This record gives sequence, C-alpha cells and structure tokens, in this order.
Amino acid sequence: MSLVQVRDVHKNFQRDSQQVSVFEGLTLDFEERSFTALMGPSGSGKSTLLNLLAGLDRPSSGTVTVAGSEVSSMSPGKLAAWRARHIGFVFQSYNLLPVLTAFQNVELPLLLAPLSKKDRAERVKIALGVVGLEDRMDHYPRQLSGGQEQRTAIARAIVSDPTLILLDEPTGQLDKKSAQEVLGLLQRLNAEFKKTIVMVTHDAHAAERALQVLHLDKGELTA
Amino acid sequence: MKLIPLVLANLRRHRLRTLLTTLGVSLAMFLFASLRSVVTTLNAGTEIASASRMVVQNANAIVFTLPMSYRARLAAVPGVTEVSWANWFGGQYGDGRVFFGQFAVDPESYFTMYPEIQVPPDQLDAFKHERTAAIVGKGLMDLFGWHVGQNVTLRGTIFPGDWVFTIRGVYTPSNKALDDRSFLFQYAYLDERTEHRIEPGWYTLKLSDPALAPQVAHTVDDMFRNSSAATKTGTEKAFNQSFVTMWGNVQFLMNSIGMAVVFAILMVTGNAMMMTARERTGEVAVLKTIGFTDRTLFVLVMMEAGLVTFTGAFIGLMGAKALYSSSGFNGFGFLPGFDVTTATLAIGFGITLVLALASGLVPALRAYRLPIVQALRHVE
Amino acid sequence: MKIPLVYNVRSIRQRPVSTAMTGLGIALVVAVFVAMLALANGFRAALVRSGSPDNVMVLRRGADSELSSGISRESARLIAADPRVAVDAQNRPLASPEVFVVINIPRAVGEGVNNVVARGVNEQAFPVRNIHITEGRTFRSGQSEIIIGEKIVPRFAHTALGDTLRFANRGWVVVGHFSAGGSALESEIWGENEQFMPVFRGEVFQSVIVRLKDRASFPEIKRTLEGDQRLTVQAQRESDFYRGQSTLLTNILTSLAIMITSIMAIGAIFGAVNTMYAAVSSRTSEIAVLLTLGFAPRSVMASFLVESAVIALLGGIAGGLLALPINGIVTSTTNWNSFSEVAFSFRVTPGLLLSGAIFAVVMGLVGGFFPAWRAARLQVVQALR
Repeated sequence: MSLVQVRDVHKNFQRDSQQVSVFEGLTLDFEERSFTALMGPSGSGKSTLLNLLAGLDRPSSGTVTVAGSEVSSMSPGKLAAWRARHIGFVFQSYNLLPVLTAFQNVELPLLLAPLSKKDRAERVKIALGVVGLEDRMDHYPRQLSGGQEQRTAIARAIVSDPTLILLDEPTGQLDKKSAQEVLGLLQRLNAEFKKTIVMVTHDAHAAERALQVLHLDKGELTA
Repeated sequence: MKLIPLVLANLRRHRLRTLLTTLGVSLAMFLFASLRSVVTTLNAGTEIASASRMVVQNANAIVFTLPMSYRARLAAVPGVTEVSWANWFGGQYGDGRVFFGQFAVDPESYFTMYPEIQVPPDQLDAFKHERTAAIVGKGLMDLFGWHVGQNVTLRGTIFPGDWVFTIRGVYTPSNKALDDRSFLFQYAYLDERTEHRIEPGWYTLKLSDPALAPQVAHTVDDMFRNSSAATKTGTEKAFNQSFVTMWGNVQFLMNSIGMAVVFAILMVTGNAMMMTARERTGEVAVLKTIGFTDRTLFVLVMMEAGLVTFTGAFIGLMGAKALYSSSGFNGFGFLPGFDVTTATLAIGFGITLVLALASGLVPALRAYRLPIVQALRHVE
Repeated sequence: MKIPLVYNVRSIRQRPVSTAMTGLGIALVVAVFVAMLALANGFRAALVRSGSPDNVMVLRRGADSELSSGISRESARLIAADPRVAVDAQNRPLASPEVFVVINIPRAVGEGVNNVVARGVNEQAFPVRNIHITEGRTFRSGQSEIIIGEKIVPRFAHTALGDTLRFANRGWVVVGHFSAGGSALESEIWGENEQFMPVFRGEVFQSVIVRLKDRASFPEIKRTLEGDQRLTVQAQRESDFYRGQSTLLTNILTSLAIMITSIMAIGAIFGAVNTMYAAVSSRTSEIAVLLTLGFAPRSVMASFLVESAVIALLGGIAGGLLALPINGIVTSTTNWNSFSEVAFSFRVTPGLLLSGAIFAVVMGLVGGFFPAWRAARLQVVQALR
C-alpha cells in the first residue's frame, strides 16, 4: 500500500465572486521512500496539492490518506497534533522565527512531544548535524546566509522524524551554490535516511535531483 | 485642501485602530473636563457671592454662637442697612444617609437679605404665620418626593428629639450654582422648644456700598474684641471660600490626575501614530518617487494626528458639556450647578493641540526624512 | 503553555518603543489607582486608629458626634463608677471625661480656615487613649497650658514648645507635643478639661471614654448605661464610633477612585488592543509556521494573551513604583462630623500594590483578547499565499 493516497479529489476556491476549480477528480499515489518533484505553471494547483497533503487545507470532495490516516476528514484539533508528528514542512521563504536561535527554531516541533529537555537537545543536535550546521546553532536567522537559513528550516522539518517531508519551492530564494547544497541534502535524506519527499518546484534543475517528476497543468497530471 | 481625501483614506486603512484611538482621546478629554469642572464648580459657588453681604461669626470657631444682643449693635454700624441671623440645626431625616443643610432663620429679615432664594409670596406669607412651618429647596423636594402641606420629621442631633415641621413653601434659587437642597424653618421655633436660650450661629449684614466692607469688618470686630464672644467678620465670598478649602487641596488632586490622564492618552495616540508610520515606510517611498515633496508628507502625517485627536477631543469635551447640563448632575448635592465652563473647553482643546503635535511629530519627521532608495526595499 | 515564553519575551523586545508606550499607559492608570486609594486608606486609617475596641465612647443620646453632645458632671461620675470599667494601679477608674470644642487658629503659612479640635481631658485620658508625650511634658492641672498633636505642629503657627497660642480670649502656653499612633487625635490640641469647660461650653463634658476590664463585657455595659434612667446616653465601642466617622469621606474617595480609573483603564485597554493587533499582523508568517508545525490554535492564542499580560504586568509594576513615593506624605481634609481638620498620611500598602498589578494584568488580558483570538484563527493557507 502506498504511503500517500489521493483519491478523486475535487478542490474549489471562492475568489471574490468567482468560483475557481483547481482539481476535478485528481487521483494519485506516493510510495514510501519516493522523492517526487511536482512541476507545473502557476495556477496549476501544485501548492494546493501540498497543502492538502499536509492537512492545511481540505478537499471539496474526495479523500487524502497519509500513512493510513484519512487526513481529509480529521478534525482541526486532531490535525494539528497529527501534523506535528507526521509532517515536516519547508517554505520558500524559510519562515524561521527571527527572535529564536537556530537551535530554538529547530527545537520548536519537539515542544509538542512529551520529551525531556535533554532528549530534545540531543535530537536537535542530530538534526543540525545532518544539515551540517551544528556549529551555528546559537546563531539568529539574521546571522545566517539564505542557504543556511533554509538548511535550518530543513533541520526543523526532520527533527521529529516525520512520515512525510513536503517542500514548497525550497530553492526559490537561493543562489546557485546554496541551492545545490540544499538539493544535495534532500537527496541524502531520501537515499540514506529513507525519507519520503514531495517537492514543489518550477526549477528544472531542482527537479532533476528527484527520483520522479510529476507535471500538473490546470489540476491534471500530464506526462 | 486636496490632501484631505488622502488623509481620510489612510485613516480608513486601519479602521479599528483609528476608531479605538479616537475613542480613547474622547474618553480622556471627557475625564479631563469632568475633573476640571469639579474645581471650577466649587469655585463658582464663591464667585456668585454677593459683594454687599458680610458674615459675622464667633472668632473662636464657627461652632460657637453669638449673643442675640449683638443684633441691635450691628444694625447701628455705619454702612449696615440690614441684619439677619440663622442657626445650624444639623438634624437627620429618615436613616440619615442623605446630607442636607437645615437652618433656623428669622422669617422677617432672612428672605429680604437673600433675594436669590425665590419663594412665591403666598407661600412665604404662610411660612411667616406658622411657627412650625418650613420652606424647602426644590431639589430636596424632588429628592424625597415631598409636597407642600406635608409633615416632615427631623431627628435632632445638636438639639435632641424629634422635630415635626409642615412644609409651606418651596424655594428656587435664582442661580443654578446656588444650593437648592436646604431646609429652612423658624428661629423662634428652635428657641421655643429648647430649654436654654438659643443664640444665633452667625449674623449676616447687608451693606449700603460693597466698598465699605473692610471698614465695616474692622468696626464690628473692634466693637466686640474684648467681649466673651469676640467676632470675626468677613465678606460672604471669603466665607464661602473657606468652605471650599476645607475639603483639602482639591485643585491639586484634580490637576495631578488630569495630568496623568493626558499623559496616558498621549502614550496611546503616539503609539498608534508610530505603528502606522512603521507600516507605511514603503508607501511613503513610492509617494516620494511619484513626486510628493518631503514637506507634503510631513503635513499629511500631522493632519492625520490632528484629525484623530481633534475628533476625539470634540466628542469628549462637548459630550461632557452636553451630558452634565442635560442630566442636571450636581455631585449628589455637593456640587450644585455643575457645569463645564468655556474656559475648561478652551483648555481642553489647547491640550488636544499639544497632543496632536506630540503624537504626530516623530512619525511626521520620519516621513519627511525618509531616503527613497532605502525605503523602496520595503515595497512588496 | 507549549509555545516557549522566550518567543514572546524576545518578540516584545523587538518592538521596544511600542511596548514601552503601551506599558506606560497602563502604568499611569495603576499609579492613579494606587494614589487615590492610598489617600482613602490614609484617611480611614487615621480615623480607625483613633478608636480601640477595648474602649467605650459615651455620648448624649441622639448626638451623632462629640460636637453635638453634652454630658453632665454627675452623669460622668456615674459612668465612671460602673464595675466593668477598668482601674489603674491606684484603683482609679480608667475613665476620661472630655470637653470637645473646635477652635480657629492661624496657619503656619498662608491663609485658610483653620478649624482645629481642642480637647479638654484629665490625666486618665493618656492611658485610656494610648497617648504618649514626644517632646516636653504634659500640662499641669490648674494651668493655662496645652500640648499639641504631632501632625499639626508643622501646619499651624505658635506651636513650638514655649510658644503662646491665643484662643478663647486667653493665652495658652505650649508645654509639649504628643503622638497617638498616627490617629486623628494627632491633629488635636489638648488641655485640661476643667480649664476648657468654663471658657467654652459651660458645665458639661461632651463625651466620656472608658476602658473596659474585659472587651467582651461591652454589650452589658451598653445595656446598663443606656437603660439607666438617670442618664440619657448612648454607648458605642470607640473603634466603631471612629469607623462610622470615616465612612462618608472614605466612600467618596473610593468611588471617585474607581470611576476615574475605570475610564482611564478603557483608554489604556484600547492602547493594548492596538499594539497587539499590530503585533499579530506583523507576525502572520510566524503564526502560520507555528500552526503548520502543529501547535494548536489555542496555544497560539494563549501565547499572545500571555504576551499582552506580561507587557501589562510590567506596566503595573512601574505604576506601583511611580505611586510609591507618595506613601507617608501628609495631607489634610475636614472631618465634617467634627467640622475640624484632620491631618493624615497617604498609605500605600502591599495589598494595594498587588491589586494594582492584578488590575494591570486584567487590562492586558482584556486588551489582548481579540487580537490573540485573531491570531489563533489565522488561516494558514491564506497567510502563506
């Protein structure tokens, strides 16, 4: 059974007075340990799909199931807890809390779990070690370069050992070198640490690093 | 001014913030006006004192009486045209919770001495002919729901026992600032019912010419200096004033609180202006790029501050004036004629001007000095 | 609360000016609150301290204050003879028959009505009412000598030791100053009752104060004295008497304090609302992250409420400190029951400061409520668009 199952999903938005339809009966699967790049023009629905997978949004009809849990019908309260446990989300604009250090930012998801301070510190250090930023853990985001910020964000996304890692244009704001570092890290996470990854991107070079590429256009999978 | 639509549009951007800040200013100004009016009302009572009346008290203290024999001698003093007297009764009505003044007066001379105490002639007549009659102020009548002809019992404290009176008249003061909650009855009744001789608590003198006041005071006090009951004579104004000061330094208290209120609202308004300024850095840059001058932007921000503060002040100050005059508020009887004076309003608006300048200046300067290039980085 | 406090603390530090201004607004409300209630407290304390539950104040029946009372010598003797009255080492009853008058004396500085209580007592008054001579000595029997309460020594003229104060057509030599535990009695001038009597009010006392052997015997002595046909008196515990005297003014001051600070509080709350809404708006991406990570909306709401409460608490503490210096400052007003001046000091108590702090936190919570709620209801999807 695949890790993620999207079945006959319809999604409509109300934008001003217009009814916009993003998906009309989308069905697809993501296998465990897959590394998928989602590409498509703007408005194709790739970010919406990511949000549906994370439980940040609900389909108008149809189901989304992740690791056996039907995400599309969970109550908001349960969703929050579920997301903390199962999802690692990386944003295009990093979205680190500027008033917290790298260490504290990475620690955030762990505060939702019943762990002791010592356990948390251990896991944070491991996560930062994986992304290669252990020596920067007491730095504030403004003291880090763009690439380092994004890697910290990735550390935050993996620290609770989530089922699924979702990234929305992770290299969109990075220069070529930093982008390469981040993509290399993602490949490592998938190959070595067996993480399932879905990455939305419009960058063909980034998509190349993934194991498979899906194209979305107007809410439908194209070749 | 063509900038006004722009100012209004800016204020509408954060409707809630504008509303809350304006309301905050109106509350602060309302409070300011109320506090100041306590002081002005207390002082107004002394202003309306008649310049041609004087009060003669026992020099030892107000609580001591003066001999009845003084009456003739006072009437003989040059410059004195009329003499009246009264005594403080100090009784209680009902459960005694409501305080009001009760005076035993001489019916013949008291009402001519105080023409401000207006009583219909037939009622005054009835009062003069009945020993146990009483004339009551309109405010007191309304408060207790009494009517003319009704019997009222007062419990004496200084003069023990239950005293029954029949209300024969109602007085209305000619000036709103005068007390309308007093209870007047016949001096002779007090004298009659008490075992020992009653003596006047104080005398009032009417002068032929207000300018004679210092002279008369001197003459009277000299006359009785070595008697058992030496006198202290002063103008009615001074007498009223002394009661105001007895409360304590009310002026200082009200002014201090007023200052705290103004300062607090300055914090609220200034903060609101600064938050808005910070959020609009990018826009200011764009406006400057389009061609608006530094000076125009300065004026724009100041106008915003001015509009918010003056609207709020108008609501608060005029609201206070309207509220107090329409509701007839009188500080539970202690502050008759409570009113927000024009002077208070003027000072209120003056403070508002300072408030507008203080809260608007820093953000306005910021907008004035903003270098375009740097600020454009903030634009999305 | 799951979201770490350090996040809120640091976020507050990011906008120091805004936080300071909001906090200062709240500080001023609390300062006025504390100051006004300290005024009311001080007046009440001065009066309440004047009376002891071990003493009984006897006045003429129907009199509401010592000023309007009159008790004959014979009555005073009968009252003092009651078996429940305590006695001193020489077996004399601890009963103090007192003459109570109000006199007019000049101020030390400036003009103004200067009604001061002059109390005529005998030596028993000192143990009965807990009076101590602080300077000089007490007056001698038969002499035109007076002692002056500490509180009014600096406020009126001719009050130094050796000075002569003139009233009632006589000169009185000041031979001492006295203290009375900070009570209203310290605003009085004391002399011998036999000296004051003929000069002022004739052959009567105004009140008799007795010390009970046993505090619990009050109901009995009250019944006896009030029921005695030879006397027309009323008896109260001295503490109750003075408490009653303080009620009017204390109530006025307290109501005034509550009204004024309530209106001010609304303004301060508006300020807090503005600040917190701005904080929430500028941090939508942070809130979105927290919600995405799985923090429950109510944690986000709690986080912002705490932030608002912390700012307010800091303001409340500042306000208390701002008002603290007035503690002990002496001011005066008139006790309308005795028509005389009472000097007392502002009294800031720890309880009052605590109330101020709690008041501040409540303002912060009320002000922060709607903004915090909005933060919690943030739609992540829209925020990230």
